[in-house]
Amino acid sequence: MSQNQVLTSSLKRARLIARLNAFISLAEPNMAIPTNDGRLSGTTVAVKDNFCTTDFKTTCASKMLSDYKPGYDATVVRKLKDEGAVILGKTNLDEFAMGSGTVDSLYGPTKNVWGSTLPYRIGGKSRKKKPSWRISGGSSGGSAVAVASGCCRIGLGSDTGGSTRNPASYCGVVGFKPTYSSVSRHGLIPLVNSMDVPGIISRTVEDAALTFNVLCGLDVYDSTTVNVSPAKLSENLNLSSLKVGIPREYHCKGLSPEVLAIWKSTALLLQEAGARVSQVSMPHTSASIACYSVLNQCEVASNMARFDGLRYGHRSKQGKSTEELYALSRSEGFGLVVRGRILAGNFFLLLRNYDRYYGKAMKVRRLICEDFKKVWQDYDVLLTPTTLSDAPTLEEFSRLDNREQCVMNDYCTQPANMSGCPAVSIPIALSKNELPLSLQLMSRNYDESTLLSVARWIEKQVSFPQLELLQDENTSVDKL
Amino acid sequence: MVTLSKLSFTFVRCPSFIRNYAAIHNQGRDLACTKNKTSEWEGVVGLEVHAQINSVSKLFSGASTFFGSNVNGNVSLFDAAAPGTLPVLNKKAVELGLVTALALTCNINPVSFFDRKHYFYSDLPAGYQITQQRCPLAVGGSIEFPVWAPSKNKFYSRKSKLKQIQLEQDSGKSLHDDYLNRSLIDLNRAGIPLMELVFEPDLSDGEEAAALVKELCLILTRIQTCTCRMEEGALRVDANISIRRKGEPHGTRTEVKNLGSIRAVANAVDFEIGRQVNKLSNGGSVENETRGWDATSSQTVPMRDKEVKMDYRFMSEPNLPPLRVSMSRQPHNLLIDVASLKNSLPELPNTTRDRLMNEYGLSQIFTNNLVNEEILLALFTKLINSKEGRDPKISAQILTIELMTLVNKKVTSLDYFRWDRDTIGEVVDLLQDNRINLATAQTVMAEIANANMDTPNEIVTKLGLAQISDTEFIENLCRQVVESNPFLVKQYSNGKNKMFNALLGLIARQSGNRVNMKLAAQIMKNVLSKNAAK
Repeated sequence: MSQNQVLTSSLKRARLIARLNAFISLAEPNMAIPTNDGRLSGTTVAVKDNFCTTDFKTTCASKMLSDYKPGYDATVVRKLKDEGAVILGKTNLDEFAMGSGTVDSLYGPTKNVWGSTLPYRIGGKSRKKKPSWRISGGSSGGSAVAVASGCCRIGLGSDTGGSTRNPASYCGVVGFKPTYSSVSRHGLIPLVNSMDVPGIISRTVEDAALTFNVLCGLDVYDSTTVNVSPAKLSENLNLSSLKVGIPREYHCKGLSPEVLAIWKSTALLLQEAGARVSQVSMPHTSASIACYSVLNQCEVASNMARFDGLRYGHRSKQGKSTEELYALSRSEGFGLVVRGRILAGNFFLLLRNYDRYYGKAMKVRRLICEDFKKVWQDYDVLLTPTTLSDAPTLEEFSRLDNREQCVMNDYCTQPANMSGCPAVSIPIALSKNELPLSLQLMSRNYDESTLLSVARWIEKQVSFPQLELLQDENTSVDKL
Repeated sequence: MVTLSKLSFTFVRCPSFIRNYAAIHNQGRDLACTKNKTSEWEGVVGLEVHAQINSVSKLFSGASTFFGSNVNGNVSLFDAAAPGTLPVLNKKAVELGLVTALALTCNINPVSFFDRKHYFYSDLPAGYQITQQRCPLAVGGSIEFPVWAPSKNKFYSRKSKLKQIQLEQDSGKSLHDDYLNRSLIDLNRAGIPLMELVFEPDLSDGEEAAALVKELCLILTRIQTCTCRMEEGALRVDANISIRRKGEPHGTRTEVKNLGSIRAVANAVDFEIGRQVNKLSNGGSVENETRGWDATSSQTVPMRDKEVKMDYRFMSEPNLPPLRVSMSRQPHNLLIDVASLKNSLPELPNTTRDRLMNEYGLSQIFTNNLVNEEILLALFTKLINSKEGRDPKISAQILTIELMTLVNKKVTSLDYFRWDRDTIGEVVDLLQDNRINLATAQTVMAEIANANMDTPNEIVTKLGLAQISDTEFIENLCRQVVESNPFLVKQYSNGKNKMFNALLGLIARQSGNRVNMKLAAQIMKNVLSKNAAK
């Protein structure tokens, strides 16, 4: 297929899932695509709308940036294009990536394709359950739905506390957060600079590895990046030399019996194949969420200070003085969640509070990192849940406020962002609701090869049933 | 390389350094209060200097730092705080900061950090400034500098300790258009690298403060880390000022911000000390406030009510790894090598002064005047090195007094191509060989300044200015003067020795300043004693 044919099919599929609200903007069907025989030639990619792009506006799903054209491509977008990838469109997210449901967006929530009213088959079999409005997870829900529904081969997300792995888990796709500093953040509109990592969403671990190898490496525009070696997937993984840790603190309150069951069965699977699987303790895990919450809000308060409506972004029509203009532009331009975090962050950073909150949170972060360092002395990978359950319905999810949602949803994913280690979520099985259940693997910093090799081994063993969209009740849509 | 002549050091250029320095000094005092009131109090002054680092690109972006660019012409995406852009530290700027720290004998931190300082202002695009609050580039250090004491008619040496040097971003500029009720913003300055130098409150008056800034400018231009063009805002001074009764702890301090010239530093500090003395002497109190210097009315004025107390909500800058420099002798291929920067330091002004005094026996005033003006110092070195036996004192006098007199009268400029080693060397030699006297030297230099293209020797010949050392001629002249001025002679013989100079003055005038006055003095003595014997 020519690149334009791929784009045409992708756009067709994107229109088919329009009701899921995965995209904020889509590519022009007739856009000129330069010929390129790079590693991603003929691949369409959905990019979360917090990565700067020259071809699309970049909104962060916020009124503040609803008309913002950055004028430059994020490094990861440029690298994708350089390898021949075609950017299909920009995907929905929680405003400025602050959320775990893709519910708090200027453009409305993104619905999960699983459980949706769209006709689909699962692993070649027809579905049994009635449609129900399930959240996609977040904050990279748009990209996860785009990949899960087959609009494109690869989705770009961002991952600060689990924002790539969480929606991947709910949407039954692979969600990969590389090691902090191995992929450039230049052009990613930041949430928490010290934790943000561009994340990769794909149908297979192999695609995730390929994409990582395209994106990774030193970038002069991001001083925190380093040169890394590409991830290599071992063809014949020798599990007998693999040490797998099961951190007991991840068996937390609210963990669904179904997730617990697949966690146990997958551990057993590894053990039976020769891996040494044992329980470990990471005692500071439970402090991670509170610590994350403080650091997140402090950096948010700081990072959001630039949105004053003067040089770009929403500018209030009212406002008689500079101060008033700032205040009005910001309160009109930001949603409630964003404003709440800015307020809390500024409170934490006040001189009188600094030691009690930001200072303390930095110390706790150090302890969490130490937990990981200790574990890596004895273990190659950690196996944990990604999310605590299958995708909740919007109704269930909305019973909690944004903070409670994040506390619940980020519990297992967020420590990896604290320590910077790579982590991947892979779908394992279906729940009784016919929804994906996923697990997470983590490995030593910069050891993407082991992480993804083990992930691919599990992927092969479990052969998770793929979702296949139908144009009507019986006709399968051409597979991309 | 920028020369000091472009700076607004007007008082350095005067023919008589002393006279003009004293004038400024007194002006400062007039603005303060009466002398007897000041005497029970003493000022406590500490300076904070923001110096723009002399790099071609900004501290965290590749945008140019060129001063004369179009409005908003030097603005990268990062400088406009475009979302998603990240800071990338300018290695050259760090090196220049380190060179400055070394020149001021600071202790360099092998690891330093960057922090965000938050406040909302329209010319601060990110809503925070990246600075080094917790762990700066360097700490400690000091600066030693000469201060002119008019009462003693000499220089004394003063030292101010340095608290720290930190790297930070400059802000943009806002222009307030009151007529249309709008603000215009120019981000060309936003992100230019600054070194903030925080000095301890070791000074006691405006003269010392001005002298510190002057010395700092000399050092920074010498090591080429800052242009020190204060009129372009390349160097800005804030002064913390309080007063105390001698021996007591100091009182509440005020901060006078944004002093844009050395004269402003001297005047503002002295005015503020005087203002505080007046307040306290009259039973009032000094408020802890920020004030500005109004050059038109020559006084400090309260700045427009800023927030009572700013909470800058400092936070570490997460996008910049710790700044590491190599302190060991083995160079590290990725880190900046401090040892090699130290080796590359040029001779610093204090060392030059000592050398000029010790090697050439020059006076404090000659020494300071030469060191203050880079072109003069270079010329002096060339004059001495190009001919053996050339008199350093005559050379220094011709440069710092005779040439500078013409420059200050705006008859010529130091850049004029005739003021090179050969021309000035000839003048020095003519004088040193007694072929002309000082007055003739002045005439010759004035001729050259007025576009006479002849060499000094040619000028002397063509205009018949050669010094007359013919003893017979001089003796005749002396006799004539003695004979035609019996009254002066009588007074002289009655013990009024001053009259001798008056008689010599007549000799000089009658010979058109051409007579060798040294010789004339000897002969005059003889003639007078013979006359007395008669």
